[in-house]
Amino acid sequence: MDEAYWLPVIFAALMALAILLYVVLDGYDLGVGLLLPFAGEEEKDWMIASIGPFWDANETWLVLGIGLLLVAFPTANGVILGALYLPVAIMLIGLILRGVAFDFRVKAHADHKRWWNAAFAAGSLVTALAQGVMLGRFLTGFAPGALAWIFALLAGVGLAAAYALLGATWLIMKGEGRLQARACAWARRALVGAALGVAAVSLITPLVSQRIAAKWFTLPEFLLVLPLPVVTAALLLALWVGLPRLASRQAAGNDAWCWAPFVGTVGIFLLAFQGLAYSIFPEMVIGRMDIWQAAGHPQGLWVILIGALLVVPAILAYTVFVYRVFWGKTRALTYE
Amino acid sequence: MELDSLVLARIQFAANITFHILFPTISIALAWVLLYFKRRFDASGDEAWMQAYGFWVKVFALTFAMGVVSGVTMSFQFGTNWPGYMETVGNIAGPLLAYEIMTAFFLEATFLGVMLFGRQRVSNRVHTLATVLVALGTSASAFWILVLNSWMQTPAGFEMVDGQAIITDWWAAIFNPSMPYRLTHMLIASGLTTAFLIAGISAYRWLRGERSAGLEKALRTGVVLAACLIPLQIFVGDLHGLNTLKHQPEKIAAIEGIWHTERAAPLLLFALPNEATRSNDYALGVPGLASLILTHEWDGELRGLSEFGDEHPPVAKVFWSFRIMVGVGLLMLASAWAAAWQLRRGGELRPWLARVLVGMTFSGWVATVAGWYVTEIGRQPWLVHGVLKTADAASSVSAGMVLTSLLMYLAVYVVLLIAYVSVVFHLARKTAKGGGEVAATTLQEAV
Repeated sequence: MDEAYWLPVIFAALMALAILLYVVLDGYDLGVGLLLPFAGEEEKDWMIASIGPFWDANETWLVLGIGLLLVAFPTANGVILGALYLPVAIMLIGLILRGVAFDFRVKAHADHKRWWNAAFAAGSLVTALAQGVMLGRFLTGFAPGALAWIFALLAGVGLAAAYALLGATWLIMKGEGRLQARACAWARRALVGAALGVAAVSLITPLVSQRIAAKWFTLPEFLLVLPLPVVTAALLLALWVGLPRLASRQAAGNDAWCWAPFVGTVGIFLLAFQGLAYSIFPEMVIGRMDIWQAAGHPQGLWVILIGALLVVPAILAYTVFVYRVFWGKTRALTYE
Repeated sequence: MELDSLVLARIQFAANITFHILFPTISIALAWVLLYFKRRFDASGDEAWMQAYGFWVKVFALTFAMGVVSGVTMSFQFGTNWPGYMETVGNIAGPLLAYEIMTAFFLEATFLGVMLFGRQRVSNRVHTLATVLVALGTSASAFWILVLNSWMQTPAGFEMVDGQAIITDWWAAIFNPSMPYRLTHMLIASGLTTAFLIAGISAYRWLRGERSAGLEKALRTGVVLAACLIPLQIFVGDLHGLNTLKHQPEKIAAIEGIWHTERAAPLLLFALPNEATRSNDYALGVPGLASLILTHEWDGELRGLSEFGDEHPPVAKVFWSFRIMVGVGLLMLASAWAAAWQLRRGGELRPWLARVLVGMTFSGWVATVAGWYVTEIGRQPWLVHGVLKTADAASSVSAGMVLTSLLMYLAVYVVLLIAYVSVVFHLARKTAKGGGEVAATTLQEAV
């Protein structure tokens, strides 16, 4: 097959990888931010210390994802970002507030700290909601009308709950003592919202699009994709049952499985993403444009591909290195 | 001027990029200055260098965060505001932006965590390496984005096929005619902005009675750096101007306020360029000096705006931005050399000059932004010179939507700018009060 066929496929895969990494990595940052108002004063510092060394690099995956959309699918980029103009602007303001609050809350005058904490939480919430709305709008092919918007808002709430779950399970893994116990309780509540969100998006999406419905509910495809919802449901159930048990074990001083809820939640994200990718591929703007129609000139794509093959493995390697440097329970962050 | 969506989209993009550039301009050079402080400490064991590092790393962390979040905004606005840009020149702009993200953004963002918080977790050598990588990342980012910007000013190494730019020679595109000048000019601008920031904040702490060894080191570093870079910048700026004369003569005509081609053109010190009458009101100039600077002959010929029909930039904005940049540059020259003179051989600053330096703390911002207005407004009406007009790249998003988001951005930017400047001075006051000891590194203090 020729390059005009598979170059766009490779770039769609690269873009999906960047967005997936962004959603999981910045997802736990945003989740921790969402949970901030529910924590005590000292816990807030620990929570932010647990994400302090990572958030900056995590957010860079969003820049790569959107950069790939911009450079590899220039035609779709204008259509998608034009249609998402307001949610994008709102998300960007959320990201700005969240990002600068990291530094301002500890460097500004002590009296202003609570305002920057509020900005941190509000920025995280607004970002999560806006991203969910963007997903919802995208899935309906930017359909007009109140119903489509209600669906988008629902997706926003669902994604925010899923981020909260990811953040809470991150804190179970990185935190200790009271914070860890609280995080277990937060995780269980967020789990309900996340499960409802996943279920709602999964059930409504095929109703909105006949093409997507056909992809899921015809034989033999149905049997091949059946494991996705089944394993997702199993993971959700395992978390629901396991979280209280883990909390009582941890209360007794046994912290051996602290990583399990986070890994399970990441699994749910991977499966949900897989399901979405299966539904959407090979569309770029649902119902309007596929990835081949949207792709840029092969010449530019080749230049980026060669660079990506050289550089992305290095990025992944040094990302792993940095996670190893800050491995284990969160310690106080100091510049010393 | 009617506020249609094109004008609003331009204002919005200008607001974002103006806000954004303030922070990389500091962090590019500050990363290298921090590395210098750290290396001096490693070599000498003198704690004063670490004191200087300890204060400025805080400013760096704050500045870096501001740069990151405003940069993310930029990456979206290419698509939301200027879809025609990527559709026309995506084959060149795309790879350049992708390489910036892949080779610079990840490098700096990932190792920033180790640089800021890793000193107790990794060996000193690895920490130094992380600092080097962050500094390299910030500079690499400047390289790629200035390659792209320069290509938009002086495009090269491509041909147009079916309305799309197709690359024929990457080397020629990357090392396009204006790139070496613009990159050098910008990197020195970053050095100057950082030097005056360090000198100004150090002078502020000095005026508040602090006399620590760390402060002394920082103050001298800032002043010496400023005094060395400013003559270099004037020289490079002149070369950059000559390069612009060759490739974008209409920009030079706007800078100098030359409406009609003339010999022995005067260097205008003051004038009100009048687009309606296509002449200057209240002009006051030095006869022949513009010709001498630009052609190195008293009666050298300079092409006027009338030769370019309607395809020349708005004159007054470019004319005045240029004069602001040069004016600030001259103030920098005077204040940096005066301070270097007073500080020579262990001398002390006089209080009046310390106050001048405090006043010049953010002078680099003014000069940098004014300089960018010259070069970017001076490129109009083109987005890519001779290839794509700004108006043809605009999106069809409604004016109301652009206005709404513009107002949101402006509100946030104004608040953040005030917060940033006041927090930098707040940190300075707190450190001066503690006699130069960088405040205790509790969790609350240093996250």
